[in-house]
Amino acid sequence: MEWVDGWGVSLATFLPAVGTVVLLFVPSERERLVKWLGLAFSFAALAIGALVLLRYDFGASGYQLEVIKSWIPQIDANYHVGLDGMSLPLFELSLLVSFLCIVYLFFHVPEPGKPKALIALTLLLETGMTGTFVALDLILFFIFWEVVLVPMYFMIGIWGGPRREYAAVKFFLYTLFGSVFMLLGFLALWFRAGTFDIVALQELGAAAEIGTRLFQNLVFLGLFLGFAIKVPMWPFHTWLPDAHTEAPTIGSVLLAAILLKMGTYGFIRIALPILPQAAVDFAPIIGVLAVIAIIYGALCCFAQTDLKRLIAFSSVGHMGFVMLGIATLTDRGINGAIFGMVAHGLITGMLFFLAGSIHERYHTRAIAELGGVLAQIPRFGSVFTYAAIASLGLPGLAGFWGEMLALLGSYQPAAVLDDALFRVLMVGGGIGTVLTAGYLLWTVQRVNLGRVPERFAGERIVDVTGIEWAAWSPLLALIIAAGLYPKLVLGVTDSAVQSLLGVFGVGS
Amino acid sequence: MELAQALAQPTIDWHALSPELVMVIAAAVVLVADLFLPDEAKWVAMPLAAAGVIGAFAAVVSLIGESSVTFAGAFQVDSFALLFKGLFCVLGLGVLALSYHYLRSGRYYQGEYYFLVLCSLLGGMTIASARDLVSLFISLELISVPAIIMAGLRKGDPKSNEGALKMFLFSVLSSALMLYGMSIVYGLTGSTFLSDIAARIAELGDQPVVVLAVLFVVVGFAFKISAVPFHFWAPDTYEGAPSPVAAFLSTASKIGGFVGLIVLMFGAFPAVADRWRPAFAVLATLTMTVGNLIALRQRHIIRLLAYSGIAQSGYVLVALALIDPTNPEATRQAFQSAVIYLLIYGVMDLGAFAAAITFARRGGSYFIDDYAGLWQRSPALAVMMAGFLVSLAGAPPMAGAWAKLFVFLAVISADVVWLAVVMGVNAVVAAWYYLAVVKKMFIDAPAIDEPVEVPHLLNAALVVPSLALLAAFVYPPLVSNLAERALP
Repeated sequence: MEWVDGWGVSLATFLPAVGTVVLLFVPSERERLVKWLGLAFSFAALAIGALVLLRYDFGASGYQLEVIKSWIPQIDANYHVGLDGMSLPLFELSLLVSFLCIVYLFFHVPEPGKPKALIALTLLLETGMTGTFVALDLILFFIFWEVVLVPMYFMIGIWGGPRREYAAVKFFLYTLFGSVFMLLGFLALWFRAGTFDIVALQELGAAAEIGTRLFQNLVFLGLFLGFAIKVPMWPFHTWLPDAHTEAPTIGSVLLAAILLKMGTYGFIRIALPILPQAAVDFAPIIGVLAVIAIIYGALCCFAQTDLKRLIAFSSVGHMGFVMLGIATLTDRGINGAIFGMVAHGLITGMLFFLAGSIHERYHTRAIAELGGVLAQIPRFGSVFTYAAIASLGLPGLAGFWGEMLALLGSYQPAAVLDDALFRVLMVGGGIGTVLTAGYLLWTVQRVNLGRVPERFAGERIVDVTGIEWAAWSPLLALIIAAGLYPKLVLGVTDSAVQSLLGVFGVGS
Repeated sequence: MELAQALAQPTIDWHALSPELVMVIAAAVVLVADLFLPDEAKWVAMPLAAAGVIGAFAAVVSLIGESSVTFAGAFQVDSFALLFKGLFCVLGLGVLALSYHYLRSGRYYQGEYYFLVLCSLLGGMTIASARDLVSLFISLELISVPAIIMAGLRKGDPKSNEGALKMFLFSVLSSALMLYGMSIVYGLTGSTFLSDIAARIAELGDQPVVVLAVLFVVVGFAFKISAVPFHFWAPDTYEGAPSPVAAFLSTASKIGGFVGLIVLMFGAFPAVADRWRPAFAVLATLTMTVGNLIALRQRHIIRLLAYSGIAQSGYVLVALALIDPTNPEATRQAFQSAVIYLLIYGVMDLGAFAAAITFARRGGSYFIDDYAGLWQRSPALAVMMAGFLVSLAGAPPMAGAWAKLFVFLAVISADVVWLAVVMGVNAVVAAWYYLAVVKKMFIDAPAIDEPVEVPHLLNAALVVPSLALLAAFVYPPLVSNLAERALP
């Protein structure tokens, strides 16, 4: 088992990419073999992820299971990966959700078919996402970050809905635009600090040794553009509804569950610890934008007619809570933010699965055309209600803790921040939670309750199938587990958050 | 007296010259053999030429680690020269592979063509070693003149005639300007050797006439590397010329121009860099921006590659805009990034041309609209083409990402933030049109279903660069170590 300490993380990260290469050499007619291979590779990655979990020392703080190898000596970029309390939950989440997506693909290959290509891309995407969360070198981080773009572009562009071309290109260019400025920020850091190593940069950042305040602010702005587009924060969110709506089911699930987290993770892993002074300057701006996103996202949801688009806009709001938590620069807020990321990954991932399945069953996602789902397919309806209620933040389910902690954090933000402003933001966020509850309940009412529309009344609609249970039950179980026992996540994250906050002099 | 003797019986290091000698012999053999070959066996000229290039490559390999100067300093063999000689051999082999089927399927004079290719490659080999103005100029002409004839090889096609004539006129004009500049440099410094010139210019300082002479030389080179606003010939010539020739012009020939420019700018004129650096910054900005913006509107794949190639030149010019003798670290970075960019660019651009040529064979076409649904017809070809385009766009998982990254690093090291922003915005604009082709291939529905036939030779010309770009992406020191060793 010792080998897990060294190469376990790398193996879990790269096994899916190996799977992509292997699949290239399998003839595409052999669909069953292709599916089993894809499943095998993602399961192997997940299994190694579980071993990593066993070897991880939850009592210790700092980075664990690290590997450092020289990679590009000319610019002093290393292959440096490792995990700490902030990255571990996201690392495991991305392995799990990718695996579940491939399980789901067994019987749900969207038009125009071609399971081999779709599974190969999903595996490549898995490597990119997982790698982003384990990379401890800026260049490595950037490469993984960009690797995600290409498969997602194809996923939306080939298997997407009617406006897929527009959505795919918009997603690609938006993210690329942001990442170019993020890269410039990275290079500027390298130029000043002489290293790409995130751990070394964090130490320099804590010692306030990186550049002047102006320099820090400029670099932060570059990183902010890259991360904020990915989150996405208002007003950079406009790619998201299109991408989510047009993407195939697993594309939406992966986008919501993992890809969005890359942006928020970038803030807490890179931007905040390395540029603490700039973070203090930017925190009010981030906070205000976050609350705008919460309220704006919720209001937009009321106006949506398409179920998938509604869930997409709800993501904007939920990620607003995450960003609000981060902006408070407190342990409550940031722990809540990480919790919120995991919870949103589970819940919204689940909701997109459901939206995809509704579309498959009823051939429409228009809320107005649906109704009486609970009466017609009771198990499916119950799952839908469960996920929607989790999403609105009902105590006892996962969605609650992230929002609660973010609001609690903004009641008393870090000492360097303006109390009054953040209390206003808290009120704004509180109004947001009410609106969120409003639109989700309204949606449940329109979709689940009421009479079955006449056009579906005679039809036999299948209830949740075996493969759907297989793909969904882990998510459903984790939603309630994290809700009832929040320490599941918070126990892991807290030590890492405390060491991050040491930078701001507010850690306990 | 001594001089006369030295001229009559110069001590020549024959080993240092061996790659060029092999190339000369191969060219002569190809030309003569062609006379005796029956019509149906004319194609033998291609394996003969390939053998010559491989022989030259072997000679280059045998020289690795050596460093020698011959012809009184005009010809220098060092790791920089060897690196680019090796690159020209590799690109030459690629162009030969692309040419074989193309030339056999049309009515071309195969023997002459391969002879010309070898001559032009020979120019590339010598320019990498040229360290005085005369040998630089001769090498550059040796690259261009055969290339002009090759561009006009499709005699029956007015577009080919037009392209060759345009290239000829531009080439002559630029040569004249360059020679004028060089003659002023010689007049001022009394020497044609770059090292002497550098020393004299450092003494002269930035007199207006020095700067003027340098700028004339730069303008001459700007035509060769098709920098904006001296780029007008390139798209027309590429489109009109036989496509393998366009591939040659866009890779080997252009890189030859850059090698000469790098040798000159880093070797002879750094002392007045403060004066000409802004000119390069402007040239780079214009080249990137105009190239990319016009590329957005192209519907013909060769013209798209031509404009994208122009934009790509801009990134190398950025490196030249960073030379600063007072900041050796930044200059080193700039040099290294230019070398890395050229190495990767040569491979990925050749690959893209290979894919375009493969697609255009046998009833295919050059129009991007016809690429629709290629993925469903020939998945392997589509994936490789997409790989080259992604690499040209500078995105993972291809080595092109590192090419751009190293230039970015150099720009940041030199603290020229605005240029970095210009580059960044351009990278996004460029992604749009590369992506448009990828989109056509993968997302749109095909009009016909038959797969594209890919002969073995073209397949090799596609697979080898793809694998090379992937390998260099995973382990960039494959390229960056080479570039580091090439540092003077």
